[in-house]
Order: sequence, then structure tokens, then C-alpha cells
Amino acid sequence: MDLNYTPEQDQFREEVRKFLADNLPDDIRQRVKQRLRPTKEMTQRWQQILFKRGWAASAWPQQFGGPGWDAIEQLIFEEECAVAGAPRQLDFGLRMVAPVIMTFGNEEQKERFLPGILSGEDWWCQGYSEPGAGSDLASLRTTAKHEGDHYVVNGQKTWTTLGQHADWIFCLVRTSSEGKPQQGISFLLIDMKTPGISVRPIIMLDGEHEINEVYFDNVKVPVENLVGEENKGWTYAKFLLGHERTGLANVGQWKALMNRLKELARESRDGQRPLIENVRFRDRLAQLDMELRALELTVLRVLTNESGPGPQASILKIRGTEVGQALFELLMEAMGPDAIAHIPDALDLGYEGPRVGAADAAPAAGDYFNMRKLSIFGGSNEIQRNIIAQMVLGL
Amino acid sequence: MNFNLTEEQQMLQDSLRRFLSNEYTFEKRGQIIHSGKGVDETTWRAFADMGLLGFTFPEENDGLGGNAIDTMLVMDSFGRALVVEPYLSTVVLCGGLIRDAGSDSQKAAILPAIAAGEHLMAFAHSEPGSRYNLSQVVTTAEKTGDGYVLNGRKTAVLHGSQANQLIVSARSHGDIADPEGVSLFLVDRNANGLTVRDFATHDGHRTAELTLDNVQLNHDALIGEQEKALPLIEKATDLAIAALCSEAVGAMEALNEATLEYLKTRKQFGVPIGKFQVLQHRMADMFIATEEAKSMAILAASEADSDDREERRRALSMAKALVGQSARKVGQDAVQLHGGMGVTDEMLAAHLFKRLTLINLLFGDADYHLGQVSDQLLAATA
Ligand SMILES: Cc1cc2nc3c(=O)[nH]c(=O)nc-3n(C[C@H](O)[C@H](O)[C@H](O)COP(=O)(O)OP(=O)(O)OC[C@H]3O[C@@H](n4cnc5c(N)ncnc54)[C@H](O)[C@@H]3O)c2cc1C
Repeated sequence: MDLNYTPEQDQFREEVRKFLADNLPDDIRQRVKQRLRPTKEMTQRWQQILFKRGWAASAWPQQFGGPGWDAIEQLIFEEECAVAGAPRQLDFGLRMVAPVIMTFGNEEQKERFLPGILSGEDWWCQGYSEPGAGSDLASLRTTAKHEGDHYVVNGQKTWTTLGQHADWIFCLVRTSSEGKPQQGISFLLIDMKTPGISVRPIIMLDGEHEINEVYFDNVKVPVENLVGEENKGWTYAKFLLGHERTGLANVGQWKALMNRLKELARESRDGQRPLIENVRFRDRLAQLDMELRALELTVLRVLTNESGPGPQASILKIRGTEVGQALFELLMEAMGPDAIAHIPDALDLGYEGPRVGAADAAPAAGDYFNMRKLSIFGGSNEIQRNIIAQMVLGL
Repeated sequence: MNFNLTEEQQMLQDSLRRFLSNEYTFEKRGQIIHSGKGVDETTWRAFADMGLLGFTFPEENDGLGGNAIDTMLVMDSFGRALVVEPYLSTVVLCGGLIRDAGSDSQKAAILPAIAAGEHLMAFAHSEPGSRYNLSQVVTTAEKTGDGYVLNGRKTAVLHGSQANQLIVSARSHGDIADPEGVSLFLVDRNANGLTVRDFATHDGHRTAELTLDNVQLNHDALIGEQEKALPLIEKATDLAIAALCSEAVGAMEALNEATLEYLKTRKQFGVPIGKFQVLQHRMADMFIATEEAKSMAILAASEADSDDREERRRALSMAKALVGQSARKVGQDAVQLHGGMGVTDEMLAAHLFKRLTLINLLFGDADYHLGQVSDQLLAATA
């Protein structure tokens, strides 16, 4: 047992660092450092830059255009990207649908869909949840009727993250009402430009448009867009959720946030003294520093486990989201009264109008509100605890 | 000891709640916020007609002679309905200051005007970097032959731009955090040299940043004794804290009602989600936290008018710390139990959560007040 990185891993980290210093565009980095949302253009531009370097999909094997890194190299890469201020890559294609296509899709589908995901040209979104099917996902009711060479899809998906930008949506649809609800579900890839699809915004509590409702009204989907076998979609869906959950541990991003918190603690004033000298604040910072370290090591242990994460992924989902939420909360409290003002324009590019406090005070409260989502989506933290209780502990 | 409301208080609370649930609907509130004005004139008029705006003023100034317990009733109802009008700044903070420390002529000029709904005020004390430390005042008041000249910056001035008149703290003596040397002044909203920047807040209220650039004031702008304002500032802050504690309790009760209703109606896995024991326990804890907060809000209200500084400050810090902790727990859990619905702008629950979050950040957060209680404990054992 050895907790040190090998010289090769250190060298790899240096290489990534140098690449980021040379290639991460300044406008993007500044925006991310101020914790403002990168635009669609920025996310895609960054994906292109990574693509040219062959680093577009850190978790993909080489045969599909990935760099073929092991788990530790992937984590080093993600951490360096986050700390340098690179935008988060879009998970829906890279980490969710791509592994499903690689594992369960046919050769044609791999050739057709993977390149667009890798280059970032195709923007994907996730069509799992419905108004009546959240935690109880298997009760979903959007139907797909097999008619000749296509399916006809009818129903509604909801909470669709960044669906307003999407070219494609991967959907769980009901193809049979026989047997248990899990047995009649299929996995369909649907072009968002198909007639009959409409997207309506849902405004979140921070005032932002990040999620959507997606309606399907007699939408014709060619049968070749079915992944794997009809009525086997539940297996693929669960496989995908495992990938989604490990991605939510987010250690790199939380480290970047921790760095900023430490900086703020030194720079901002609590009356006569710097904030870091406030012992109550410092204890909370120390607590989170410790929890983050524990999270990081747990992620490393789980992800380097030869037999794969399995239900252990739930630990990472729960702790990753809890640590993240606590960091955003402390950041807001560090801003204190500066965080109360709501200045939506200050979240736009090039804003030069009046503000209150530091530049990144503007998103502080909104982010705290928004990040309550972390313990709700990707399978709520209650559901994750059920999984641990049942699948790991056998209760 | 008696925790009951008088018949009059009960009647007032009933009619205020009825008024708010009929007239101050979620939609109406949304329109008021959207207008950017920060105060709805019809609503403010109605508050004046109900006697709420002069509730705690002496009868000779057109008030009803009430106290912080009466404020508690009002704020609790405001918390449920998420009222965004400047009651805290105009009536509780500034009205309270003038009532407690104003000269007879200041009282006569200001209190009846507030009570009639014709005068809005704001309290400008916090400064950039002062956080929650009340004695820190960098803004200067220079004495001149016929009065004072003020220079400096103020932050987190609640409803500062909506006010006709502000109460501004400034220092003419001592170090920046010296408890001595600070005075309070009345400053007209349109005074020369005063710049007011208006901002929306996350909970639909308004706040402002002030710059004072050679603002000239007459002698009669001074409130109370020169250079001895810190006790007045503390007292006003305590009144505000008591009011906010009650508002938070009202908001928590409304949030618990909404969440309970959601647990009974939202179905997953073929049953109402309220059937899951883990959610039952969570809801039970939210209920317990709210009851405890309510007890502390009552303590805060009954101590807020006290002149025993030590005792009052201790009680108010205990209340604000515990209410802040409860509000955080109830707010976060309510959102969690609503699932995705909890993070949408269309749900009342999300707005209650946001208000509760901001209440914690006003006049000292839970950590700050825990620190106050802790420091007092140390001083008492020394
Ligand atoms: C911001 C955001 C973005 C999202 N993006 C997407 C997306 O892109 N694509 C997509 O498909 N979905 C997305 N989701 C949906 C997300 O996966 C669901 O919100 C989540 O599964 C919870 O479902 P629900 O909202 O219906 O809540 P519900 O399932 O109704 O849950 C309500 C509450 O009950 C609890 N609960 C439910 N069942 C149990 C149980 N058996 N035991 C204990 N507690 C239980 C939950 O934990 C929660 O606290 C997103 C959600 C949010 C908030």
C-alpha cells in the first residue's frame, strides 16, 4: 500500500498542467473562475481543443478515440482541469450515453454516434425522468409503438438538463406493458429535430433556465435508433446510472472551490481581522478540507477497485454531493451580507455595472440554491441510501 | 408565566392572516417583485389602515403603544405570506430608533408620518468589510459650525432606495471599531452628495449601497446623544433580530405545511412518499426544529424591549443562532422532500427556502451569534 503518486503519474500531472496553461482560452478560464456558467459555445470550443489533443474523453478506451488512461490518470486529468478553470465537460454524451453505446450498441451505432460525442459537435441530453416517474423511474409512461421501420413515441419527459441546446436525447420509453414495469422499457436515441418534439423551459429557483420539459407527440424514430434489445432498456439504464453517479463525486471541482474559499478567508475582512482568524469559520473550513480529503481517497479506492464500483458508487454520489453542497453553503456565508443582492446581469459576459462585494459574490447565493439539486438528481440521496442498505448491507 | 395571546392580539393576527391570504397571493407577490418598486402602495396603505405601521409607537404620536410581542405577531404573518414590503426597515428599525431615542420634535415629525403610511425609512449602518460587527464604523462625521459633514460608504441598506429618509451612522471620534464615537443622523434620500444604488435581493426584497460624499447636515439631524450611538444601534438591531426570528418561524411553519401536504399527495412506488419512514422522521425533525425556533422567537420578542443590555443581547443572540440553524435545516429538507419540484421557481417552497436563507445572513448569521453567546459565556466565567 502506498498513497503516493508514482513519478510517472507526477509527470503526467505536469504534462496536463502545461497543456492547460498553454491551451485553455483566457475568456473561458476567467468565466469559470468567477463561477459563472460557461456558454454552449465555450463548452463546445473547449471540447474541440481537447479533441485536437486526443484528450476529449478521459474515460474512453483508445479504440473509440479515448486516451486509454487508467482510473488514476483520469482523476488527475479531471482535477487539473477543474483547478485550472476549465469548464466541466458535458456528461450526457461522454459519460452517459457513450458507455451504453460502446457496451450494448451495434457497430453502426458506434460509428454513427461516438465521433459526434467525442468532438462535441453533438449535444446530448437525458430523457429518463417524467412527471410521474422520478425516484420510481420504472413507472415511466412515455410509449414507443413499433410500426414498420420506426417507433412512434408519445409522452413527456421532464427536468431535462440543457435540453434547450440538445441535438439528441437518449430516452427510456415503454415498449411493453406486460410483466414487471422494468421489463417493458427500451432505450431509444432520438434526434431533437424530429417533428413532434417540443421543449419548454422550467425556471429554477435561482432564476436560471437550465432544465426543461420535453414533449413527444407522435414522434417517428427509426428502428435503427434502438440500442440493444427491445424491452431490455432497464439493464442499460442502470448501467448508465452507475457511470453518472461516480461522475457526481466531482473531487476536482470541489478542490477548486476549496482553493477559492481559502483565498477568500485570507483576503476578506471580518471587521478588524481577516476572515481566517474567525475561529468558527476556520473550523468549518477545516472540517470540509478533511471531508474532501476523505472523499478523494474514497473515490481513488473505489475507482481503482478491479471489480468496478458497483453499488459502492452510491457512497461517492452521497458524499460527493454533500461535500459540494456544504462548500457552496460556506462560500455564501463567507460572502455574508454581500451575497444577498441578486444581480442577474452580473452573471453575463462582460458585465461592468454595479455589484456588491467581490466579483464572485454575485453567483454565491444563486449557486447555493441551485446546488440543492445535487442531492435530488442522479437518484436522490435517499434512494442511494436505500441502495446501500439493500445491496451492500443486505438489509 | 403565560404564553397566550390576548383576545385583541388574536383578533389582529386572524384578520392580518385573512387579509394576506386573500390579497397578498403568491401571484400578486410575484408581480410586486417583478415591478422592481419594492413596495406595493395599496398593500402599504392597507397596513396603515390596520394600524400596523404605528403599532409600536406611543399613542401621542398616532401609535397604538404596542411592543415587540405585537411586532412578533405581524412578522410571523409576514413570514407565512413572504411579504416583501419595507416593514422591518421603516417600522421596526427606524421607527424603533426614533421612538427610543428621537427628540420630541423628531418623533412628532416622523412617527405619525410612518403610521399613516406616508413615510418610508431605511437604516444605513453596515459597511464593506464590517460583516456583522456593530461597532465598526469607518464613515466619518465631521463637525462644522452649523452641523456635520458625512463621508463614507454603506452596504446592505435594506430598502435604502425606496426610503424617503435614512438613518446613517458615522464616526467623529476614535478608532474604526471604537464603541465610543459613533452618532446617528437623519439624512434625506435626495440630500446633496448622497448616491444610492438599488439592488434586488434573492428573496424579492430590495437592498442598497450608499456613497456619502460631503453630505451636509444641520444640527437637528442628530438622533440622541452625539458619539454615544452604539447602544442605540444595538437596541435597534435587537428589535430587528426579534422581528426576523418571528418572520422565520412564520416561514418555517408555512414551509412545513407545504411539505406535509406534498408528502401526502406525491406518489412514487405506488404510495404517497409520506409512507417512507425516512421521510417521516425527516418531517418530524423539521416540525421539532420549528417548535424550538418558535420558543426562541418568543424569547427574543419578550427580551427585545429590555434595557438590561447584557441579558437582552444574550437572549437575542441565542434566538438568532438557533433560529438560523433551524431555518437552514427546515429549508434544505423541505426542498429535498419536494424532489425536483423543490428547486423550481414556481413552487412556494423554493421562495420560503430562499427567504429563510437570507434571514440567516442578516444582522448576524447563526455562527456569528453562536460566537456571541460563546464569548459571553467565557466573560461570565472569567
Ligand atoms: C436540476 C435537475 C436536473 C435534472 N436533470 C435531469 C435530466 O437531465 N434528465 C433526467 O432524466 N432527469 C433529470 N432530473 C430528474 C431527477 O433525476 C429526479 O428529480 C429525481 O430522480 C427525483 O425524482 P422526483 O423529482 O420526481 O422526486 P420524487 O421521486 O417525487 O421524490 C421526492 C422525495 O421523496 C424521496 N423518496 C422517493 N422515493 C423514496 C423511497 N423509496 N425511500 C425514501 N425516500 C424516497 C426522494 O428522495 C425525495 O426526497 C433532474 C432533476 C433536477 C432537480
